[in-house]
Amino acid sequence: MKFSRLYLTFIFFVLYMPIFYLIYYSFNSGGTMHHFESFTLDWYKEVFADTRLLIIVLHTMIIALLSSSLATIIGVFGAITIYYAKHRWKQTLLTLNNVLIVSPDVIIGASFLILFTIAGIQLGFTSVLLSHIAFSIPIVVLMVLPKLQEMSPTLIDAARDLGANEWNILTKVILPYITPGIFAGFFMALTYSLDDFAVTFFVTGNGFSTLSVEIYSRARQGISLSVNALSTLLFLFTLVLVVVYYVITQRASAKGGQK
Amino acid sequence: MRRYAYAIPYWLWIGLFVVAPIILIIYYSFFDIEGHFSLVNYETFFTPVYLRMTVNSFWYAFLITACSLLIAYPTAYLLTKTKHKQLWLLLIILPTWVNLLLKAYAFLGLFGTYGAVNALFEAIGIGTKQLLFTDFSFVFVSVYIFIPFMILPIFNALEKLNPSLIDAARDLGASEWTTFRRVIFPLTLDGVKAGCQAVFIPSLSLFMLTRLIAGNRVITLGTAVEQHFLVTQNWGMGATIAVFLMIAMASIMALTGNKKWGVRQ
Repeated sequence: MKFSRLYLTFIFFVLYMPIFYLIYYSFNSGGTMHHFESFTLDWYKEVFADTRLLIIVLHTMIIALLSSSLATIIGVFGAITIYYAKHRWKQTLLTLNNVLIVSPDVIIGASFLILFTIAGIQLGFTSVLLSHIAFSIPIVVLMVLPKLQEMSPTLIDAARDLGANEWNILTKVILPYITPGIFAGFFMALTYSLDDFAVTFFVTGNGFSTLSVEIYSRARQGISLSVNALSTLLFLFTLVLVVVYYVITQRASAKGGQK
Repeated sequence: MRRYAYAIPYWLWIGLFVVAPIILIIYYSFFDIEGHFSLVNYETFFTPVYLRMTVNSFWYAFLITACSLLIAYPTAYLLTKTKHKQLWLLLIILPTWVNLLLKAYAFLGLFGTYGAVNALFEAIGIGTKQLLFTDFSFVFVSVYIFIPFMILPIFNALEKLNPSLIDAARDLGASEWTTFRRVIFPLTLDGVKAGCQAVFIPSLSLFMLTRLIAGNRVITLGTAVEQHFLVTQNWGMGATIAVFLMIAMASIMALTGNKKWGVRQ
């Protein structure tokens, strides 16, 4: 028992050590990640004074919100398509759906780069947005599909018997039932988009950059504590996102319990 | 009929972003750097340079997967025994929400010549070691990044395990090790497979870690694809390597079996 607690403590220590290491040194006036001189907020000031960085943050947010919203809409209808598909087709559709989830990022990035070049789409905002939508759709589908599958088909039959048309069935029966899945899918898509580096790295042009790509190019130049300050802010943002997600899912499941 | 109208964007997506990219990659792999149709890329791939790179990538991916599994299984097992397991699980998942690049960047500081790890080594008398830009740091950071993806499916599999089976094994006189080997492990094999898939495939194609942490000392197939597409602009060769990565991926999926896809995940 003692050993197991020690083991888990060690795992958690290793998991969180790098993150807190970054945060700790973001307050270092010394400018390095190994010798703490004195407490300062200069690096945070530097982050907030860096207009280019702030624009990149804004771009990242816009891309994330837009791509996950659009991916959620397409993905929900995709899940419904798979749900209604005949058995033989269902497996094929699911396999096609999962291709982008299991593909290594480099391949997704490289193949999208070819695709955009052939289609004549200029690399930049559009190409990044389209790629983010593309790799988020299957995740939404996978989050929504189990909800559809656990829904009793008699619900739809009942609605139809009571005279509902297809549109009514969709908006009054199916969508309300799968709402928790939709939220889960949206949040997963959001985190995938915020977290993506490899695909964006391939399809982003010269003038456009997201946070991951920017951090990569800064990290390649060596250590700069403004990256630490930025990571602290991002970590706090992530925490807020987790709490929001947690509250939403808890509320959704509580609602489901009441009914 | 109207039911099919709303499926149009999804079908478009499958056509444009799933099927077309695969075809394009295969198509491009048959063109040399000047744009002539040829099999030269495949010839190049079967030269010792690329074959060694392939073997290397697989070796590193195997190492990363094996280390992750060895660390993750006990972690998942012990997590199921804790009191607030859902909370602890959330805490395991939380670091995956921190940008990958930032975690890699943190290790630049931790493993640096004057970093925390070397300071610790100095304190216990091992002395300063070159940690950054070695294969050790590459494997360590990769395992660090992938481990939650290994813990999660194993944890889920362990949760689904019927505890009375373990009691039954005990009652029938099985030792703890025998119970684990004959009952627990076989019944959680699906989780282990899912975890191995989730770690092995991405680790075949890591490229930012090889650049940031391994300082180009480790060249994986992923690094080569990135190099050909973005630096040397030899798309044909990059596409050829990508074709082999896709074949590897498909065989791994077939090998580990993906019956459970879509149902859970």
